[in-house]
Amino acid sequence: MKKLLVLTLFLFSSLAFAAPVETLDDMTPEQEKRYRQLIAELRCLVCMNQSLADSNAELAVDMRNEVHKKVVSGQANQEIVDFLVERYGDFVRYRPPVNATTVLLWFGPLILLVIGAIVLIKNNKKKRATASLSEEQHEKAKRLLDTISEENNS
Amino acid sequence: MNRYLWPLGIFIALVILLGVGLTLNPREVPSPFIGKPAPAFVLPTVHDTNKQFSHEEFKGKVSLFNVWASWCVACREEHPLLVELSKTSDIPIYGLNYKDKIADAKRWLKTLGNPYIDSASDIEGKAGFNWGVYGVPETFLIDKKGIIRYKKIGPITTQDLKEKILPLVKQLRGEAG
Repeated sequence: MKKLLVLTLFLFSSLAFAAPVETLDDMTPEQEKRYRQLIAELRCLVCMNQSLADSNAELAVDMRNEVHKKVVSGQANQEIVDFLVERYGDFVRYRPPVNATTVLLWFGPLILLVIGAIVLIKNNKKKRATASLSEEQHEKAKRLLDTISEENNS
Repeated sequence: MNRYLWPLGIFIALVILLGVGLTLNPREVPSPFIGKPAPAFVLPTVHDTNKQFSHEEFKGKVSLFNVWASWCVACREEHPLLVELSKTSDIPIYGLNYKDKIADAKRWLKTLGNPYIDSASDIEGKAGFNWGVYGVPETFLIDKKGIIRYKKIGPITTQDLKEKILPLVKQLRGEAG
């Protein structure tokens, strides 16, 4: 009996930790979609690697409420993001804008890819150059092979 | 020979890059407020709810604005330094009591000392939100024109005070208001 009680308690404990779901009744389906999209793209400042949608932190709740209010009042996505960037910096965006500090972040992989491609092409050329023998070299190789097989036979 | 040196060179460059990365603090998010005017707010003060405290207060002097709360453990760690600073220097320190209960805030100031000229009571955290507060304690240094010039997230240390805040205060005081 006691075991059963403990088990039931465990069952309910998970409810206490479930992510808080704000009531979204005041939103139209289109607004709700925008709201969910926005909070998935914005970062919670205190928990660093969680989006606003994932986080339980008090600040994330505040920020979600703010986004909620602004979506309902009809503000555009860009306006809402700008509002938060003004306060928390580009850091709140999971999709950072292209500017001087993020150039390497955006184009670094592309640069690496180009470097890799150049190295690969150069290496291939070298290999091909060594792989193909001139007429004269062919003759020489043939003669060498012949002498070896003759030596082996004798 | 060159072939074998290449990977070594790349390896060393990576070690240096990652080594520098390790010394950086990922919690130090660059504040978008540096160089911008202090965000507007009007709030009652902790000690007198009829008295109003606003961003206008910062104009005409170089001051510190410290965001604190009685529930914040790191603030407790920082507090003695602020109390000492209020006694040993003439830099005005103002407080923003963030998401706190007035009774708790008053008790905290009574037992630990009050370094603030005044503390604004931001019970709902609305002003804090507009100031981009996310990790209490936070401290802003505001110049004579009411422009934010420096921000520290987390408790101020003696080192911050000596190396950054005090020299900057001196410099800002020299600037024309």
